Amino acid sequence: MTAQTGSSGAGVTPNRSVFLTRAPLRFAVIALCLLWSLPTLGIFVSSFRDARDITSTGWWEALLTPFDTAQWTLINYEQVLGSENMANAFINSLIVTIPSTVIPITVASFAAYAFAWMRFPFRGTLFMVVIALLVVPLQMALIPVQQFYTALGLGNTFISVWLAHTAFGLPLAIFLLYNFISQLPSDLFETASIDGATHFQMFTKVVLPLSIPALAAFAIFQFLWVWNDLLVALVYLGGLPDQSVMTLELSRLVGGRGQQWHILTAGAFITMLLPVLVFMLLQRYFVRGILSGSVKG
Amino acid sequence: MADETREYDKDTFRTTFLVPVGALIAVVGLAIGLYFLLDRQAAANTAAIFYELFGNDAEAELLRRGSGNTVVPKMLLAGVAMIVGVGGVWLFYWGMNTVVMRLGDRWRGSLLPWVFVGPALILLGIWLVWPVIQTVFLSLTTGDGLANWEWALTNPANHQTYINNVLWLVVGVAGAVGFGLLIAGLVDRVKREALAKTFIFLPLAISLVGASVIWRFVYTWRPPGQPQYGLLNAITEGLGFDPIPWVQTSDFRLNTFALIAILIWLQTGFAMVILSAAIKGVPTEILEAAGLDGASERQKFFKMVVPTIRGSLIMVTITTAIVVLKVFDIVYVMTGGRFNTDVVANNMYIQAFQLFDVGRASVLAVVLFLAVLPMALLNIRNIRKEGMAA
Repeated sequence: MTAQTGSSGAGVTPNRSVFLTRAPLRFAVIALCLLWSLPTLGIFVSSFRDARDITSTGWWEALLTPFDTAQWTLINYEQVLGSENMANAFINSLIVTIPSTVIPITVASFAAYAFAWMRFPFRGTLFMVVIALLVVPLQMALIPVQQFYTALGLGNTFISVWLAHTAFGLPLAIFLLYNFISQLPSDLFETASIDGATHFQMFTKVVLPLSIPALAAFAIFQFLWVWNDLLVALVYLGGLPDQSVMTLELSRLVGGRGQQWHILTAGAFITMLLPVLVFMLLQRYFVRGILSGSVKG
Repeated sequence: MADETREYDKDTFRTTFLVPVGALIAVVGLAIGLYFLLDRQAAANTAAIFYELFGNDAEAELLRRGSGNTVVPKMLLAGVAMIVGVGGVWLFYWGMNTVVMRLGDRWRGSLLPWVFVGPALILLGIWLVWPVIQTVFLSLTTGDGLANWEWALTNPANHQTYINNVLWLVVGVAGAVGFGLLIAGLVDRVKREALAKTFIFLPLAISLVGASVIWRFVYTWRPPGQPQYGLLNAITEGLGFDPIPWVQTSDFRLNTFALIAILIWLQTGFAMVILSAAIKGVPTEILEAAGLDGASERQKFFKMVVPTIRGSLIMVTITTAIVVLKVFDIVYVMTGGRFNTDVVANNMYIQAFQLFDVGRASVLAVVLFLAVLPMALLNIRNIRKEGMAA
């Protein structure tokens, strides 16, 4: 929750700037944004060029003649989606990501509610354990969990990835949701329990609807995190190419087709499309999520 | 009177018949769904049935044999996963809740919290708590016991890896936080601030793998004489030098710096967002007062704003440090650890899943944990101090 000071937040002061005066400042900012986007622009432009063009002239040269339609082509995308595995990988990524986002939200919100508004023995200690687990690196869990999966015959299935991502995402989810739920006014609960509502009803009818901003923030985090994840997919899903997710597929392309930039650029761009779209549309929630609990006063 | 009786009958109908039967159907459906998800061929077989219904026997046959177009079975799988995942979880909670509510008041109060918290605790216990203990155990007992630790601490190749991690830490964090701070301060004074921030922030949505491909293109090297289509080498050549193989050159750890740049490019947005919000929280009154006293903008920024946002600065620094220490994807995709770019996370992966040396891999995991731990504790202490605790 960002703090905005009352009368005028520290922000736009007319005709002043940190290091420069106005016009150079605007120019500097524009240049900065352009510079930052340059690498991404490079592969975007290249993905529409013919394979031979990519390796014979710089992509920036193609931009000098943008309306010369002969130099643009969609064939890279056709190839990447068709004969390479990308379309399949896209579906696999969806299959992996959506349950891995929805299930942790459900489990974590029940738990966060309990930590915030219910009494039970060891509540404090257990919560500390959850928070402590926030810092444990994935690597500590990888091998034992894989041994566990192999013993149960769950190796290389989607279920193993869903469960892993759910569990790994729980500490952060519980933390974020607890922060939010514990700040809801306690009168809500008092009036509701006087009216005879059970915890379950309070949870589903009052707390959950009110928690939507926090739920949305975590959902976006988790969605992006799981979609863009490589390590967990590599370890628990790596065996069968038919089940490969986009990040896996892309890393394979780099390994196998190192210099075939017409494939790599189109492939990279396809993997980025959905997360960037999700991000752009839901930026506000994402930022709010990052800031909640990070900045105060 | 008659109406009341009708209401009462409807209610009993619901509770004694509709709800239990509905629940039973849901449970059975769930069981079928789970079975469907676990059996690899199930999706294909079901799709085959649909194909046969539409007369496409050839495709159905292919599917039953395990080949054929897997798109339809996949969609089926995804759909079932969604229903089982979401519906199943809700059904579980609702079911347990109903059961507990039927017990007496005494039991209800003490059991219900465990229904709410139980699944989370079980998942965390099995997937995080036990594995942590187990990994430490494996690191000490697999193979020659303490020899794994000896290898980790004395092997020169590992020393190179640790040096790399330190470089990543220092340069990566300084870069991301430094740029984040400067950009946040710069952009704070501009009208289209939100738009500008979006450009810087966007790379966070891109996977590390995608970012690696993007930058690999920028770093591309061709032998001198051939067209340099990598942006950086095009510039290098334009300046009159020979093109440099940025990713392969390990002199002065050039390639490691090249890889670190990728992470900085990505992480700066994160630091910028947090620091930008922090900067906006600095009261204008003190800044104006300082301005009246003759302080320049630069002095105001570095001597007043920065110290005021110290808490956020520390928090961002530590969080970025933790992210940087765990970096894996970039190194794995760009070099696989070769050319002297290896880092602990990557090495751990290679030991575990390419060399199948569980002992050494476990040690590296613990090393990583030990490296991250002090940072995390510092972060918690900082949060407490600044009064931003949960």
